[in-house]
Order: sequence, then C-alpha cells, then structure tokens
Amino acid sequence: MTDSGIHITLQQAAPIPLSVQLDCKSGELLALVGPSGSGKTTVLRAIAGLYQAQNATIICQNEIWQNSVQNIFLAPHQRHVGLVFQNYALFPHMTVLENIQQAISHLPKQQRQTQALELLKKVHLEGLERRYPKNLSGGQQQRVAVARALARQPKVLLLDEPFSAVDQVTRRKLYRELLVLRESLSMPMILVTHDLDESTLLADRIALLHKGEILQTGTPEFVAAHPKSATIARLMDQQNLFTALVIAHDQAKQKTHLRWRGILIEATYQEQFAINERVCWMIQSANILLHRRGRPSNGNKENPLQGQITEYMESSGLAHLRVQVDKKLDTTISINVPLHVAKRNTLGLHEEIGISLLSEGIHLMPYQILRNES
Amino acid sequence: MDWQALALSVKLSFVTLLFLLPTGILLGRWLAYRQFWGKSLLQTLLALPLVLPPTVLGYYLLVAFSPNQGLGLWLVNTFGATLIFNFQGLVFASIIFNLPFAIHPMQRAFAAIPREIREAAACCGMRPSLVLWKIELPLAWPGIISAMVMCFAHTLGEFGIVLMVGGNIPAETQTIAIAIYDRVQSFDDHAAAIMSFSLLLFSMLTISFTYWLSARSERTHD
Repeated sequence: MTDSGIHITLQQAAPIPLSVQLDCKSGELLALVGPSGSGKTTVLRAIAGLYQAQNATIICQNEIWQNSVQNIFLAPHQRHVGLVFQNYALFPHMTVLENIQQAISHLPKQQRQTQALELLKKVHLEGLERRYPKNLSGGQQQRVAVARALARQPKVLLLDEPFSAVDQVTRRKLYRELLVLRESLSMPMILVTHDLDESTLLADRIALLHKGEILQTGTPEFVAAHPKSATIARLMDQQNLFTALVIAHDQAKQKTHLRWRGILIEATYQEQFAINERVCWMIQSANILLHRRGRPSNGNKENPLQGQITEYMESSGLAHLRVQVDKKLDTTISINVPLHVAKRNTLGLHEEIGISLLSEGIHLMPYQILRNES
Repeated sequence: MDWQALALSVKLSFVTLLFLLPTGILLGRWLAYRQFWGKSLLQTLLALPLVLPPTVLGYYLLVAFSPNQGLGLWLVNTFGATLIFNFQGLVFASIIFNLPFAIHPMQRAFAAIPREIREAAACCGMRPSLVLWKIELPLAWPGIISAMVMCFAHTLGEFGIVLMVGGNIPAETQTIAIAIYDRVQSFDDHAAAIMSFSLLLFSMLTISFTYWLSARSERTHD
C-alpha cells in the first residue's frame, strides 16, 4: 500500500454481501466493473462514507477514513472525496458557478470565484457559469459535476457510471475529455461502470465485482485474456467458452493437448492442469484466424477447423460471425472480422469457411459446469 | 367587523406558526428521511386531526386539561397554570390540531429532494446543519411556506376546537370564527356577512398562493 493511494477492505455478509479488497495508486484509474446489482455503487458509497460496511478499513493517503476495529468512521463531509454521481446530483437551485463554489466554501469569496472559473475553463464550460442545471445538456451537466468533484482537491475521485446518462456521441466526446483531464490529475480515481468497452478504454486496471466479491483485478486486456475462472470469462463477455479434457502435456514443445468434443486442440503449455482433468477453455475472437479462401498459409495448420456460418451480422465496421464447427453437437464459435475482410472473402450466411485457433490464445481454467455451452 | 376577535385570531395564528415552523421542519424532515419502528403508528397519530371532528379533539383536550385530574391537575400543581378557557390553551390546541397540516406538506417537500443531492452536498464538505440550511431548506421552502399558509388560514377559521377548549370569552378566547357564530346568534347578519366574506376572501387567497407556489416549485426543479 503506497502512501499516496487508497486502500479499501470491506467485509460483510448482510444486508449486502461484500468481500472487497482494493488498492488504487495515485494517478491510477481503476474501473470497478460488474453486472447490475453486483455491489459496485455500494463499494463507491462506502469509500465516500455514504454507506457504512460492518467490517471495513479505508485508508486514503495515510488518513484513516474507516477502521471498524478501532471504531473510526469519518462522515462524508470529513473525507476529501470528489464524487460524480450517475445523474450528477447538481444543486438545482444554484447556478453552475454556485454549484462548484459549494465545494470550496471554506475559501474567501474572491478566491472561490477564481478557482471555480478556472475549473469551468478546464472542463470547457466557460460562459455557462450563470446557467442553472436544468438549462444544461446532459454532457454539460456531467462536466459541471466533474468540476465540482475536483474543486475540493479530493484525495480520491469517484465516478459512478458518469457516462450512462448521455447519448453515444456525447459519451465518446466525454471519454476523450476524461482521458485528457486525467493526465493532469494526481489522485487515485475509481470509476464504476458495467460497460466493459468503457473500462478497457479508460482504466489502467479493472476490478471485476460479482455478488459483492472482487473476483479478479488486472489490466483490462489481461483479465479479458486470462480470466481465473469461467465465471469471470462469462462476466468479461467471452463468447467462446467451452469444456474439454486435458489429454497430454508436451513440455519440449511447450504444448498442452485437449480433446474438445472429439476434436484435438493444441494449447500453450499449462502444466497446472493434470492429464485427464476436465477443464474450461476459452479463446478470444482476436486469436481466431480466418483461412483465406484459395490461398492457404502456414497459420492454417494451427488447430484448423471447418465450419458453416450460421449467424452473420455487420456493425461498426465489423462482421460478427457464428461458425458451426460440429453439426451433430451444435458447437459454434464466435468470430469478429473486419468488414473488408468479410467482403473480400465473400463471407455470408451458410458459407463454408476454415478457421484456426491460435494455440497461444487458448486459455485454460478450472472446470465448472457451463450453462448453454456454445 | 369585530376587530378585537380578528386581532386575536391573527395573534393565535402567528403564535401557532411560531411553534409549528421548527416542529414541522424537524419532524417532517425526520419522517421523510428516517425509517424506524413505529413510524406508521406515529404518522397515523399525527394524521388523526385531519379526520377527527374538531369537537371530539376539543373534548379530549378539555378532559386532559381539566384542573381536577391527570395532566391538568399536574399542570396546576407544577406550574400553577391551566390550559382551558385561556389563550395559552387555545395555542396548545391549535398546535395539536394543525400538526398534520404542517408536517405532511413539509415531509413531502423534504422527501422530494433526491438522496443524491443531499449526499452530493455532504461530499462537497458540508456539515449536516449546512446541508439543511443551504440545500434542503431552499429546495423544500415552497412546501414549508405552503404548510405555514395553510396552518395560518386554518387557525384563523377554526371553530369547534376553539369553542371546546377556549369557550367564548371576548378578548381572551373569542376568535373571528366564534365571533361570526355569536353575531348570527344575535341576528347581526350584516356583521356576520362582512366577517364571513373576509374569511372567504382570505381562504381563497391562501389556496391560490399555495397553488402558485407549488407550480413555481415544479418549474424551478424540472
């Protein structure tokens, strides 16, 4: 635990089960990701002091905000927290400028005004200081909420799904603004979101929360590619998740061989799984190679599979395919390819195609029963 | 026009408001934000004066404050004072009778403030007292003013409970509503008509004002 970061431990069985241990360093943006009802907002509220967990330790920049053993609990107004609420929670009876000034009411009037105006400039809201929240767009309200949260020079910045109330175009614009803004911020930042793309884009690390429990933390790319369990893989929206049997290890070639529904699959060496052990395995779409029709390459030899396209959808420059590789067992693999690749290879519904599963992209996990195995 | 009765009614209304304003704010806020055992029972008790005939409530107060027994006897023995057939008794009865008119609108006004707004204020570093002063009261004030206006008008026109607890003592407990009744009894129709029309006008103005406040509040917070 670094001096300038925040350390959070929350443990309780009821009324909301929580089993959380988190660290976030200064300047780091940690995304708390999980499905609706997983407890993300509760964790954020506990950090802000708006919710008191039964067994908790929250230490921010060497300041104890909560320690259940020592019976320490600082009220929200005693913690230096900047919190951007999901619906922004701007004070409707105050102007934009007054909203921001509330967070720095301890300063002399002149200084208060200067600082508030500077913050408005920082979030690109110059000229709107006399407006009331109801006269602002969703994006503008979000910027005011961010400015107000930053005004207090918080020791931690908490963002509770701050992009959920704006349209997609505004959201992309606000993403860019946050990415620029965060470069100038030195406090730990915790973002709550259920949007995996959002967390991948914005966060340095993610913490995956499920039923109040942190299941895994790491960079978004690492957690997506190396989930510790099939549950995590599902929560990370991995489409290609299956069960198989480990049949051999080849240490010399650094390969582990699997039998998946009668098909032999070669994965990178993962010795922690014993021979004859049942496992779950997954592969990201990015690790599936599409065979070019009529122009075979060496890559085609790696776990080659033939199949028929049973689903074909185009969106945002990508073609989303579902390929049935085993008609009898209705086993399908999901692949996303750039639209121009799909067009060049004349891919379409019911077309026969060849694919290769890159062995370094095959990740094994402990066995668990998978519902609706695809 | 019985100016003495009108002055007494206005005085009674203002004194009632003086007690009900802080009581209503604190109790209304408490009921709006807190969940506790017995809340429904408390709310039922507070709402009782809305449905109970004023004479019934007046009767019970009269019994309770009777200097010969119970609470009334204790008041006489402890403070040497009684709460029947005097102005203090009227004030007390008026407070009891107006409790739902004060608390319910205030409770609704506080409950209408989103929790996040109050939490945002706390996260801005405001102490609870400052949150009340700078955020909650300005947002709830149309409800508070509306409650106060309703209580004022209600006290001004109250008849049954005043007659039961205060009797009809000129300059002491004879309010304008009782004065109207008195004039009718003595066939002074002209005076009764003037006073009745005055109360009617005032009531209409009160209702208009509360509707205007309510509409204004909706416009501000949308």
